Amino acid sequence: MDLTFSDSELAFRDELRGWLAAHHPGPEPAGEAAGLEHRIEWQRELAAAGWAAVYWPREYGGRGATLVESAIFNEELARARAPYPANVLGLVLGGPTLMVHGTQEQRDRYLPPIVTAEEIWCQGFSEPGAGSDLAALKTRAAKVDGGWRVTGQKVWTSFAQRAKWCMLVARSDAEAPKHKGLTYFLMDMEQDGVLVRPLRQITGAAEFNELFLEDVWIPDENVVGGVGNGWAVALTTLMNERAGLAFGLQVALKVLLDELTEQADQRGLLDDESVAERLGDLHVRAEILRLTAYRGLTAQMKYGQPGPEGSLTKWMWSETNQRATELAVELLGPEALATDSPWAFELLRARGNTIEGGTTEILKNIVAERVLGLPRSR
Amino acid sequence: MNFDFTDDQREIKRTARELLTARSSMGRVRAAAEGGGYDDALWHELVGLGWSGIAIDEQYGGQGLGVLELAILLEELGYAVTPSRFLSNAAAGLLIEASGSDEQRARLLPGIADGSATATLAFARDGVAELVGDADSAAHVVLIEDGLTDATATIHATAELEIEPRETVDPTRCFARVRAASPELGEPLVGTLAPGLDRAEIALAAELTGLAQRALDMTVAYVKERRQFGTPVGAFQAVAHHCAQMLMETEGARSATYFAAWAADADPEALPRGASLAKTAASDAGLHATAAAIQLHGGIGFTWEADVHWLYKRAHVDAAQLAPARVHRARVARLAAAGIARSSPAAAA
Repeated sequence: MDLTFSDSELAFRDELRGWLAAHHPGPEPAGEAAGLEHRIEWQRELAAAGWAAVYWPREYGGRGATLVESAIFNEELARARAPYPANVLGLVLGGPTLMVHGTQEQRDRYLPPIVTAEEIWCQGFSEPGAGSDLAALKTRAAKVDGGWRVTGQKVWTSFAQRAKWCMLVARSDAEAPKHKGLTYFLMDMEQDGVLVRPLRQITGAAEFNELFLEDVWIPDENVVGGVGNGWAVALTTLMNERAGLAFGLQVALKVLLDELTEQADQRGLLDDESVAERLGDLHVRAEILRLTAYRGLTAQMKYGQPGPEGSLTKWMWSETNQRATELAVELLGPEALATDSPWAFELLRARGNTIEGGTTEILKNIVAERVLGLPRSR
Repeated sequence: MNFDFTDDQREIKRTARELLTARSSMGRVRAAAEGGGYDDALWHELVGLGWSGIAIDEQYGGQGLGVLELAILLEELGYAVTPSRFLSNAAAGLLIEASGSDEQRARLLPGIADGSATATLAFARDGVAELVGDADSAAHVVLIEDGLTDATATIHATAELEIEPRETVDPTRCFARVRAASPELGEPLVGTLAPGLDRAEIALAAELTGLAQRALDMTVAYVKERRQFGTPVGAFQAVAHHCAQMLMETEGARSATYFAAWAADADPEALPRGASLAKTAASDAGLHATAAAIQLHGGIGFTWEADVHWLYKRAHVDAAQLAPARVHRARVARLAAAGIARSSPAAAA
């Protein structure tokens, strides 16, 4: 066991720190669209310097970094309070999924433009009638000569208005059992029949979209992992989602907690034992999250793909982030609830944390069934 | 960065699990709790294997391995709920080795390592410690006054103390109230206490982590077997989600305890935070998981006959030793605040 960074990991970190200090993109402009353009520009700058996809192989525009270096990248980005690159879904979900299930042609074709943000990706999994029960999705893919015609509706689709490619899971065989009749496609968003409508959240912002698909064309070569194998491919994407985002999220949480601790300290609130205990509890949770994420990383380096344990860290993070924002508004008083306070947004946004990327209830089911081996629950 | 055991550490864990499964079954735990007392043959075997001196320097008769190796053993002893003076002796050894003088180390550690003159420790007020593990069989008791931050500690030969055996909720181990005729009588522990106390807290955290893991394993096995409404009760989400929660807290306790033990061996700057993380997380996991184990065993879990209550009782007594989790939580917040103040531009100027 060695919980320090090696010399080469430290060199990687220091080089990145230096680069980030010199190239920080500055504050994000207001508005969803302007913010996204800002992050696309930011990703181009990262990509030009070889920082956009550090864990990817060099042949696809990555840096060939180790998993630990990749974790360091996420930590440093959050520590510098620099935004995540715009094409996060391509970088964290789509690319890694193609590296496992894609053909060589697909990798050569799709991976490089993910890194450069030339082609933004979005994710078409959830539907109005298929949230936690993802395999119940109804979007239909009908076989036609040379490809597929897709009709249906998707929801919670970030970046849809700007995306070129959508990771789409659709029902390609209505007769098969529900987990068996699914296929994972790469759908071109720039065609007739794809309609994007913004979806406003409780924060007032429209970070997500609804997606309406009407007779949309997908050629055969855009099937990923084989017809009828969509569930397995989708699980790869979901596990990368839970494990891959953990490092950035845990540091963002730590940044938030440090900010709260500093403000509480300046107001003398840490002299109150009960405040110190509650704040300390959140620091304990955040640290444990980081340590558990690194333990998971060591396991992943030994055994390959991220395991269902990623569900644990996503669950820990979401609950701790919610508690942190709630404690913040309690300690800082009514001014934290004015909409010009960043805490007000954080408070509301955190409510989504225990829902997005797998509700806590579903994550508990996954942990119970796949880690503890309990019978399938109902 | 490698957050995993070495092959040697894995081997220690495997050997410990094997030996304790054979020699420290729940039947033995029950026998000890119901008046049988400690198993002397097992104690001599553990001493013979070098376990009692595993983290003690070789020049004092120990194995010269780290706090991490000791934590591995303690986690397994917790897992087995082994009735033993091992924990109190090991915790006192950590304190004396980290916070004693060379002369104190040379005089006291060999007896702790070879079991011939064991030691124990406890928080005390005005020379009285209400609950001291294994004081009756120890040669020395370290009494720590004034808690975690401004503590002072004195070593007492048990012959100079009033020792009154005291039953606790955990009948698997021996406790006593200890009174020093006069607090000034003891011999001060001369070094800085925090590094020693932090190591002792990690020892408690390791045992608590093992208790939590055992509670989880026994419960998962039970809810797979126990059927109600025509189905194993583990198929009900209300039950399954409790189990998932137990796993999350247990894994968190393990991450924190290994980190703290590693810090004790390799990164002194991270030790205060690490020890407080470990005691907090392991107390929470130990108390919650062992309580959930009783709940999820249903009516049978509330009977004397089921074994889950030994875990709950042991966890409570462990968590109550030295500084409780709430003290460590507040410490973590203040350490964080001090770290932020240090790293701010104003502090650098």
